[in-house]
Amino acid sequence: MMGDVSTSTSARGPQVTVNGTSRSLGQTPSYLSLLDFLRGQGLTGAKEGCAEGECGACSVLVARPDGDGSAWVALNACLPPAVAYAGQEIVTAEGLGAPGDLHPVQEEMAQRGGSQCGYCTPGFVCSMAAEYYRADRAPGTATPDPERGPNGFDLQALSGNLCRCTGYRPIRDAAYALGSPGEDDPLAQRRTAPAPGAEATRVSDGAHEFVRPTTLSEAVALLADDRETRLVAGATDWGVAANLLMARSPVLIAVDRLPELRELHETGEHIEIGAALTLSEIEQQLAGRITLLDQLFGQFASRLIRNAATLGGNLGTGSPIGDAAPALLALDARLVLTGPGGDRVVPIADYFTGYRQTIRHPDELIRSVRIPVPLAATTAFHKIAKRRFDDISGVAVAFALDLQDGVVRRARIGLGGVAATPLRAYDAEAALQGRPWTLDTAQEAARVLGATGTPLDDHRASARYRTAMLRTAVLKFQAQTTSEEVDA
Amino acid sequence: MSSLSERPRNPDVGQAIPHESADLHVTGRALYTDDLTGRTKDVLHAWPVQSPHAHARITRIDTTPATRVDGVVRVLTADDVPGVNDAGVKHDEPLFPSEAMFHGHAVVWVLGETLEAARLGAAAVEVDYEVLPSILTTAEAIAAESFQGGQPRMERGDVDAALASAAHVFHGEFECKGQEHFYLETHAALAQVDENGQVFVQSSTQHPSETQEIVAHVLGLRSHEVTVQCLRMGGGFGGKEMQPHGLAAVAALGAVITGRPVRLRLNRTLDMSMTGKRHGFHTQWRVGFDADGGLVALDATLTSDAGWSLDLSEPVLARAVCHVDNAYWIPHVRVNGRIAKTHKTSQTAFRGFGGPQGMLVIEDILGRCAPLLGRDPADLRRQNFYGPGQSTPYGQEVTQWDRLPRAWDQLLRTADIANRRQEIDRFNATHPDTRRGLALTPVKFGISFNLTAFNQGGALVLVYKDGSVLINHGGTEMGQGLHTKMLQVAATALGIPRASVRLAPTRTDKVPNTSATAASSGADLNGGAVKDACEQIKGRLAQVAAQHFGVHAADVRFDGGTVSAIGSKADPIPWAQLTERAYFQRVQLSATGYYRTEGLHWDSTVMRGTPFKYFAHGVAAAEVEVDGFTGAYRTRRVDIVHDVGDSLSPLVDLGQIEGGFVQGAGWMTLEELVWDESDGPNRGKLTTQAASTYKLPSFSEMPEVFNVALLPHAHEEGAVYGSKAVGEPPLMLAFCVREALRQAAAAFGAPGTSIDLPLPATPEAVFWAVEDARAGHADGAVERGDRAERHVPDQPGPDAHAPHPRSEELASEPAKG
Ligand SMILES: Cc1cc2nc3c(=O)[nH]c(=O)nc-3n(C[C@H](O)[C@H](O)[C@H](O)COP(=O)(O)OP(=O)(O)OC[C@H]3O[C@@H](n4cnc5c(N)ncnc54)[C@H](O)[C@@H]3O)c2cc1C
Ligand code: FES
Ligand code: FES
Repeated sequence: MMGDVSTSTSARGPQVTVNGTSRSLGQTPSYLSLLDFLRGQGLTGAKEGCAEGECGACSVLVARPDGDGSAWVALNACLPPAVAYAGQEIVTAEGLGAPGDLHPVQEEMAQRGGSQCGYCTPGFVCSMAAEYYRADRAPGTATPDPERGPNGFDLQALSGNLCRCTGYRPIRDAAYALGSPGEDDPLAQRRTAPAPGAEATRVSDGAHEFVRPTTLSEAVALLADDRETRLVAGATDWGVAANLLMARSPVLIAVDRLPELRELHETGEHIEIGAALTLSEIEQQLAGRITLLDQLFGQFASRLIRNAATLGGNLGTGSPIGDAAPALLALDARLVLTGPGGDRVVPIADYFTGYRQTIRHPDELIRSVRIPVPLAATTAFHKIAKRRFDDISGVAVAFALDLQDGVVRRARIGLGGVAATPLRAYDAEAALQGRPWTLDTAQEAARVLGATGTPLDDHRASARYRTAMLRTAVLKFQAQTTSEEVDA
Repeated sequence: MSSLSERPRNPDVGQAIPHESADLHVTGRALYTDDLTGRTKDVLHAWPVQSPHAHARITRIDTTPATRVDGVVRVLTADDVPGVNDAGVKHDEPLFPSEAMFHGHAVVWVLGETLEAARLGAAAVEVDYEVLPSILTTAEAIAAESFQGGQPRMERGDVDAALASAAHVFHGEFECKGQEHFYLETHAALAQVDENGQVFVQSSTQHPSETQEIVAHVLGLRSHEVTVQCLRMGGGFGGKEMQPHGLAAVAALGAVITGRPVRLRLNRTLDMSMTGKRHGFHTQWRVGFDADGGLVALDATLTSDAGWSLDLSEPVLARAVCHVDNAYWIPHVRVNGRIAKTHKTSQTAFRGFGGPQGMLVIEDILGRCAPLLGRDPADLRRQNFYGPGQSTPYGQEVTQWDRLPRAWDQLLRTADIANRRQEIDRFNATHPDTRRGLALTPVKFGISFNLTAFNQGGALVLVYKDGSVLINHGGTEMGQGLHTKMLQVAATALGIPRASVRLAPTRTDKVPNTSATAASSGADLNGGAVKDACEQIKGRLAQVAAQHFGVHAADVRFDGGTVSAIGSKADPIPWAQLTERAYFQRVQLSATGYYRTEGLHWDSTVMRGTPFKYFAHGVAAAEVEVDGFTGAYRTRRVDIVHDVGDSLSPLVDLGQIEGGFVQGAGWMTLEELVWDESDGPNRGKLTTQAASTYKLPSFSEMPEVFNVALLPHAHEEGAVYGSKAVGEPPLMLAFCVREALRQAAAAFGAPGTSIDLPLPATPEAVFWAVEDARAGHADGAVERGDRAERHVPDQPGPDAHAPHPRSEELASEPAKG
């Protein structure tokens, strides 16, 4: 849950605290990224390697709410508008330590050859520091896991950082050698106090206004502005467009801290997930409750992106290759849309109407996602991409099956990347329903699924491969759910 | 032992120490060129107008709409150039072109008060184009005979006769794609002019002297009017050897014209769409084996895809031709090379400098032919290694022939290859949808610039009265640890603690006429020069000390910061006391050092000589697992034994080996340059021009188990303190990843299945290979013997000119990396 919302903007104008020092955001235009702002302030430790959230050279630490206290969360500074951080606390590599007074993370990275050209290094240090300070990082898991260190370090924490020089081994060794923060570590102590709340913000350079409303009704009212408005949540999509395509908006409305969009609760009928919760927060709060989403999260972008990206933003783009949609289709989710006339609930299967088009009206926003319970017991999320960490799907297939005595009682399949919109694979579902969950059934369903959609050729994959992947997805799912050899 | 290679007692070289800037790196304090922008007042920002066509004549440029944009200060065009409008050394790279030669070609540059203003200004510039026909692929270039530069031929023995009598003859084609450097720091330059008209350019460049020369000739100045400094680079990999020059020149031109500092930094999209990459190569080949599997002949024609201008393509091609043998003795060899001119970025140096593309030819051949010969690929490779007394096709004796077999056998033992093979066979027999493969490949890589002139290095060493030492040398630091090694060399040569030595940033006004920091030669050349300078000073100090101790200068010892004399009862004196004493005795405490590599010669017209001082060696074994449903794979384990001579700095060398390997593995598997080759409106556009579409290896591609050992007993007589170059060779160790994937895919088929695996071997490529293997029609796309004579690789006719020696002198030379 978000901390208290403070409605008063500081008399000195919007400020952000960086490495313990308050800095004025002044008339910062809404398109200026947090990274460019920091670098403009002389804090050049954070680097730009890509300006699109892929390399992590810009990673910084941000204080985020965590229960009654706070957590240090790492994210890509190149994506969010700097003004979105009004009232917030940020720590950069410069703030962690200095030559002669290295932070333990910096010490390990330096000593073990974790830096060569050093350009990626400040970003790695911040991502690693976030994991170092993770409150529930627990040493010594029973089963050896190549992606988890003996100190409980989860390598996913570094999934959004690229290094072209080292080959990663020394960085992994540094991460796995970290101990735990000492009692007197100021950043560790900081975690016991609440994170800064949302601060009502209105900043403009004349042509580009940034507004952070503090209530849902205010946000909905703002959407009615005569000027062209644009919602922004984690800005992981928006930031890329702003940086690379020079997307600009006369009015940017931030919804990522609206308390109404940040709730997660379960009723007897459904689990409701606020549209402005970050994927990391959802992952943490669900704690494995929805297996299919758990299967998805590890394959969705990187930890850095998941620390900012929201479900509302993923569905808000209407992208045919977003990963949330296939999973939510398989879960038969509903979306709660809020507009001037209040809420309406729509099945996700009806939400997408065309390429990047949805039934959402311009004056509506996505408030939450409802996932009906009980949940299907047998699920899988197959993402076909070149790289395992942090890549966009060529094809995504989400399965949710109810099996009873080896027979498929109900099947739901969601697809991404094979048509202008995400799809429910109704025909393939029908080919499974009521049949025994055998290779024969899978082969029949594979044939049907392989004929679904209208995949295209692009630089990610050929149409032929996409089609083949639809086909083999069912076979792989069947093999995985019935085979003894789970390791295969 | 040579005096160059001999180490004194307690040498600082050989100690495993972190990078000299590690503390600055980890705390974000290390400065890169663009970090200076915010520290400089009144900087203007530059942004290009890029061609939206692969090939077009520019018929009109109207810059006035841009100048109406708020904050736009100036648009730079060809008319502004006071000197030569060219950014290359071959005069084929107009800086402000009248004809756009590739999609993304910068036509003019806009200077703005802010980056936003410059970008908006660039969008407002109006350019009219007359679209011209374009050539994008090597195949199109071959068909259109669109070639540029020289066409070298390397020949030994009688290939045709040997193929006619060989027991097995195969022929085929092989295509490898290029690779984007993806240094994490994109190109950047910051130019200023001082009160005296001296132009000062800070540039992220591997070749400050050449950046200086190009800036000077664009501005119509002489070299002494331009100073170039490179603090450090956030990676270079060859991509900053030639490519920074034009960008630095644009910044410098802007600074001269406006009188204000100009910053030019490419963002990732600009960098990827404008700057050169590793050359893709297309090869036609015929190969002959004897009945036992011994290589008898190779006939190959290599065509590199050079893009729109020559850049370093001639020396890259020459190195490729010189490396087709990799580690193997091939009695009869004929290799032709040619350079395709295509409408793409001008491809350039990239770690390995053509060597990898050449070596891949033979490794691909062995990988495809081994199953057809009924042979285990590793045994086939081992069998064909060079033996005593044998020479490369260009006539250089392979004197250290024994190192590869030694490394190979060590790897077989330490990586437990035999047992793991059996385990893999068991695994494959019991897993219908998953297969594993384990492959070993060798690397033999020639070290030196072929053009003899480039094999020189310079240094300037300053000793202050208080005993502190400042060294300057001609090499640049891009993460490879050169500065770390140079500190160690200086500390070793002077016999003082490393803490007494500091290193100044690389500047052209400290050491002139330097070679590029390239060809893995940085430590060899600059190390030799630093050592020379230190020894001159030490020699003078020894005289001073000799007087003090009353001994002969030859009996003075420098060790650990104290100076003593053999056979003297007097107490040793601290180094700092000696330097002060020397000052008062009016003894010079600075020296310029110089080093030239001896014993090299090369005739590029016939491709013969001894171009390399020595070879670096390595062997690697990779085990992969392939998912038959998707073609996705992971690297389970990698083992490496590599020859770095006697390491100057083991932690640095280990980092080079691991990093090179992973970078090579990226090229083998993931990294895919996709150009729009359609006839649509985006023809010629690089569609993977961002980190989101061009995927580098991340943590998920790192081998789960990664063991690297340095080859023991590997002293190198011909290099500083017995070491060997390490920058490039490890990249090629990664060939084993692709070979392992080939074998794993083949394991889905019957024994003898041969796989023609595209490069890069993406999951999609592997999936189709698996499908072919399963369907039983995987023949490696290799055709057998009898029809082979009908498939002679293209033989460039007599009119194809041999490499032009003069043009090579101007540009560079055949082995520059
Ligand atoms: C490096 C990188 C990797 C990525 N990997 C993946 C991946 O693996 N899978 C994947 O699916 N996506 C991926 N993405 C895309 C992106 O992260 C997701 O789409 C993300 O969920 C967007 O959320 P956000 O909060 O950041 O959206 P924002 O960028 O803030 O907004 C995106 C769009 O949604 C609208 N919007 C935001 N919130 C709402 C709301 N509550 N109601 C209505 N509209 C709203 C905005 O107006 C905007 O148009 C990746 C992006 C990056 C940069
Ligand atoms: S700059 Fe690459 S992720 Fe931000
Ligand atoms: S150290 Fe150079 S990119 Fe990581």
